[in-house]
Amino acid sequence: MKLTDLFRAGKFVVTSEVAPPKGTETAEMIENAERLKPRVDAINITDQQSSVMRLGSLAASRMLKERGIEPVFQATCRDRNRIALQSDLLSAWALGIENVLCLTGDHVTLGDFPDAKAVFDLDSVSLLAAAKGLNQGSDMGGNELAGSPDFCLGAVVTPGADPVELQLIKMGKKIAAGATFFQTQAVFDPEAFARFMEGAKGFGVPVMAGIILLKSPGMARFMNQNVAGVSVPDGLIDEMADAGDRPAKSVEIAARLARDVKDLCQGVHIMPLGWEKRVPEVLEAAGL
Amino acid sequence: MLVTERKPIDEIVGFLAGERSVFLLGCDGCAAASGTGGEPEILELKEELEAHGTEVVGWKVLDFLCQKALIRTSLRPYAETLERADSVVVSTCGIGIQASATVIDKAVHPACNTVSLGGIRGEWQGEERCAECGQCFLEFTAGICPLTACAKGLVNGPCGGAKDGRCEVEPEVRRCAWDVIYERLERQGRLDLLRRSPVQVKDHARMRPPSAIRGTRTWAIDMKTAEDATS
Repeated sequence: MKLTDLFRAGKFVVTSEVAPPKGTETAEMIENAERLKPRVDAINITDQQSSVMRLGSLAASRMLKERGIEPVFQATCRDRNRIALQSDLLSAWALGIENVLCLTGDHVTLGDFPDAKAVFDLDSVSLLAAAKGLNQGSDMGGNELAGSPDFCLGAVVTPGADPVELQLIKMGKKIAAGATFFQTQAVFDPEAFARFMEGAKGFGVPVMAGIILLKSPGMARFMNQNVAGVSVPDGLIDEMADAGDRPAKSVEIAARLARDVKDLCQGVHIMPLGWEKRVPEVLEAAGL
Repeated sequence: MLVTERKPIDEIVGFLAGERSVFLLGCDGCAAASGTGGEPEILELKEELEAHGTEVVGWKVLDFLCQKALIRTSLRPYAETLERADSVVVSTCGIGIQASATVIDKAVHPACNTVSLGGIRGEWQGEERCAECGQCFLEFTAGICPLTACAKGLVNGPCGGAKDGRCEVEPEVRRCAWDVIYERLERQGRLDLLRRSPVQVKDHARMRPPSAIRGTRTWAIDMKTAEDATS
């Protein structure tokens, strides 16, 4: 099932994500995905997020697919060149994966192998162009494929970035290269998101607002310091700090953000960061 | 020594779409030695551009275009002429192009590709760095090299990692290159360049020193020195 089919049918699409383990013990990842399954349309599988070496997104995507869960295979350019990336895309299609999210990826210095070669042979835009080429039956070199995929290609955008115009320019480039839907980095300021959507709606491509479950003020501050593309406003950090029941507050904030943005966009992407079991509550409270 | 090769005239003319007049800059250092940016080559470029209907309002060959202070003082007498030009075409290495683009606040077009020397490079210190990629991207990036200024060497726009305009890799010493590129293009009213530039793909084969260079120039001197030392 392709996400674009859902958008075309006019559905407000809900996705979430799970992270593969560092190691081969996949039970918890599967359990998290099973917990999300009844409430979401698809689940992203992160590709060694924050450049920390883990079990791969492709294998995990297949494991979810086997359990009847629609995977969104995340592919980054950080540690694979164009040969490996194109090959992985062909492998993904052969394994029944239909949705791919194409990202540049964090720099290796942010992860647990800062001394590794940072590849970035391609970037999000050229990876999308390569994947679109595979869809059309040829590789980047123009060589004809014996059988080709038909991926639904997605990309990401950072609505809170300053200047937002630069994000919109790159968004346009991603669409021209092949992106057919967008998941955004975490949204914390609905007004800024509305301004972003004002600029983005002319593209006519579905946008899913990213919602992060904040677990604690410390976690929010840590993300502000260390997680690329995330910026939690002080107001929300204070709200978390003042809360007696933090999990309840976390759900409340995420649900409020989802409610505030849902009329502005075509879906939401919930990033639970370990609190997968609270995602159903968030969606319930947000009326989704 | 940085080795350069002239881009085909059609590529350079393509950069000038919509512009009518240009100022030409060459360099008597490495570019002259490479046969791309000395006086004869600048005059040749002038003729080629004029044959394509572009007015050349002026030209200058400086001693070291990698040296920004020198560019600033040397170009002072040409301020009015430069003002009349829609843009500047620089026929030098990537550092000369970037240094010119920093000093002259208008569109600067590269007329050369800087080819790989496999690590050997010039010694003039400045914030501009050239990766000798053999497929100069400076036309599309406001004269700021995305291969050296961006920690990821991204050629199609910024990643999502910058915070407050600082790079995710070295925020204390590095601004987001694409933020700087955006800022310069916005100031020059040229943001449309980012929208219409095609998807760029790096050609790593051109980042290796061509065999023609490996067989001659610095390599030959170095090998001769090595031979002399052992004989």
